[in-house]
Amino acid sequence: MNVNKRILARSMLGLAAAAALMGTAWAQETLKIGLLATLEGPFAVPGQDSMRGADLALKQKNGMAGGKKIEFIKLSSDATPDKAVAATRKAVEQDKVPIMIGPLSGDEGIAVKNYAKTQPGVTFINGSSGAQATTLSDPSPNFYRFNTEGAQWMVGLGEHALGKGYKKVFLVAEDYGFPYSQVQGFMASYCAKGGKVVDKAWVPLGTKDYASVIARMPKDIDAVLVVLGGSDAVNFLTQYEQAGGNKPMIGGSITVDQTVLNFKGKRRESLLGTASAGPMADSIDTPEWKKFVADYKAAFKDGFPSPSLFAYLYYINTKATLDALDAVKGDLSNGHKAYREALQKTNFMGPAGTVKIDANRNGVGTTYITEVTKAADGSFYNKVVKTVPDISQTLGLPEADFKKMGLGSRDVPDCRK
Amino acid sequence: MSAAYWRRAMNTAPARTAAAPRPAEAATDAHARSDAPRRLSFLGLRLSVRHVFVLLGVLIYPFVASPFFTYQIGAQSLALGLIALSLTLLAGYGGMVSLAQMSVAGMAGYLVAIFGASTATAISLSWPWWLAVALAIVLAVVFATLIGWLSVRTEGIYTIMITLAIGVAFFYLAQQNYTLFNGHLGFNQVFPPSVWGIDFRTPVPFYYLTLACALAGYWFVKLLVRAPFGVALQGIRDNPRRMYALGYHVTAHRVAAYAVAGLLAAVGGVLITWYNNRVSPGSMGVGVMINILVIAVLGGVKHPIGAFLGAIVFVLLQNFAIDLVDRERFNLVIGGVFLAIVLFSPDGLLGLWALLRARLPAGTATSSNQRRQA
Repeated sequence: MNVNKRILARSMLGLAAAAALMGTAWAQETLKIGLLATLEGPFAVPGQDSMRGADLALKQKNGMAGGKKIEFIKLSSDATPDKAVAATRKAVEQDKVPIMIGPLSGDEGIAVKNYAKTQPGVTFINGSSGAQATTLSDPSPNFYRFNTEGAQWMVGLGEHALGKGYKKVFLVAEDYGFPYSQVQGFMASYCAKGGKVVDKAWVPLGTKDYASVIARMPKDIDAVLVVLGGSDAVNFLTQYEQAGGNKPMIGGSITVDQTVLNFKGKRRESLLGTASAGPMADSIDTPEWKKFVADYKAAFKDGFPSPSLFAYLYYINTKATLDALDAVKGDLSNGHKAYREALQKTNFMGPAGTVKIDANRNGVGTTYITEVTKAADGSFYNKVVKTVPDISQTLGLPEADFKKMGLGSRDVPDCRK
Repeated sequence: MSAAYWRRAMNTAPARTAAAPRPAEAATDAHARSDAPRRLSFLGLRLSVRHVFVLLGVLIYPFVASPFFTYQIGAQSLALGLIALSLTLLAGYGGMVSLAQMSVAGMAGYLVAIFGASTATAISLSWPWWLAVALAIVLAVVFATLIGWLSVRTEGIYTIMITLAIGVAFFYLAQQNYTLFNGHLGFNQVFPPSVWGIDFRTPVPFYYLTLACALAGYWFVKLLVRAPFGVALQGIRDNPRRMYALGYHVTAHRVAAYAVAGLLAAVGGVLITWYNNRVSPGSMGVGVMINILVIAVLGGVKHPIGAFLGAIVFVLLQNFAIDLVDRERFNLVIGGVFLAIVLFSPDGLLGLWALLRARLPAGTATSSNQRRQA
């Protein structure tokens, strides 16, 4: 017993010494980068996949960037802004990271951007958050977002819906920032080209009972615009079917995902042709996308069958971060001056289109319009029917016109009649 | 335990009629010593050596700690501790476990944002900070009183349920009301004021602000539980029927306890809102409500210091558990530590401490206590 204890004590001492030695040996060559995603709460599963996306970008560079070994300091939040800022503050002030990647969701992004203003010496790169206000109103000069956001993801869907003959639609959407942006992206062009959104039903996140919403729907609409996510979308669909609804659907960027495509109800066939839009799609037919999916599958045996939206967004943001480090050979001197110039000049072919940013440091990118289609084996998937390249944050409008419309909210934009 | 406690409390009340506490009783009870009135007296409180040590420790702390430790660990623990202290007062001295203390704090935070300045310019009135804070605290106390008025007629688990229901209802109200609470987004950029050239947004001044409030709250509770009101409250906790027979208005006392606890929670709520620079429904959701209960139970509800001890352990774990184990399993460490503490010591950290002190010689035990509390 006593001997055992002594051995244990010695081996622990040895381990500690080894760890200390390794620490000092790597001190000159290791660069720490903070990586924040939601490993707790409602977005825990997407959060894990986000980490995979970032890990993949680093793995493709063999863990090195700018001549230094890169070490991720991984952090977690539960999708609340408070927690996101607390985790970011820990990485920046306690772990002293010079570069910070994250967060995952929209409201977190706004809070981290506000915190970024108090830390001008640190460079912040977005993870996958997509709130318009992060870079549109009061942006922070050290906060970069290489992905496009919720409103940009829906550009082009409005014209597509009109092309299918949907002149009047009824909106059902969750009542928070992300769907506001999505709806604005859809309505900006849809309303301008003569479409009408006759009424909007904003439901709280996690709504189970849609009876009152379904009862409110007018009879003379052509389609229902559904901007709900995950279980909310399935609940709505089931209840709409039970109530005898038969209008076609138009979906938001996270509405028609696998949970909805696996919907087993009688109206399953009616899902065929449902249009939606997003910054990526499972069936993009380019060598870049196929390589990305193959790399993802090879690297993560426990991952999804195909990388999720979040893995993709974290991947491009991390890749931009590391590429810019390479470009300046790891030089972060002079308040990251050279590094930030390199970030601003970022322009590479990502898995789903070009990755570059505008003067507000927000992504300008491609949107994919998809429709639900039946594959040869009978399963449903989202087929790409159209790509819309180079979408700016002002949704293709001149900046003055966009400012006049304002950011998306419950009442903006409006085209009832 | 509780009967002895009550008896002792009665003995040390200002209108002293009975004899001084029996020495045998004081020696057997771990907490009795801190109640024995033979120390230096200050504002009606006895200052012992260990109080001085703790006080010096928390005063010097920001000069030895980094800004991160000052702000995120120190200030956050003190603000959360203040909210948990309100629960300690209700649960430990009043026997009423209210989950709605975080809702009171959230209400105060919301009111500061509504009366003061924030990014939601359509709602925020941008009144001077002192007016906003005063109004917020007064209205939050009214809110706490209403909660108390609704829930005092229930006992035990039903009190927990009704306060949980009130808290959840308030959460959904804030989440879905856009005219007053600004819905899901809440209020951003609610900053602490600059007064006399001191910017309370910076870590060290903010730390001292929370410290001042926390110390005031701590002393207030210590005084209150020995004042006639506090003594009657403990009597009501132990035997409400007897107190009723003695001529006390049991319901009024309980409602008053909710109001007093509401004051502490409201101050804590204003501080935590300033700490986060924002308030939203998520700031007072079910998870956060439970966190306050966890903090109070973790530290121990038998003594006001327990709330702050619990808050320190809680905040440290929340920040550093992720460094200890696998990124995806760090919540297991947090849960494991909480379980272990509650399992091995039903009285929380204070109970553990009492257990240790019973085992160790008196001298060593006291010094380790000072370190713990500093």
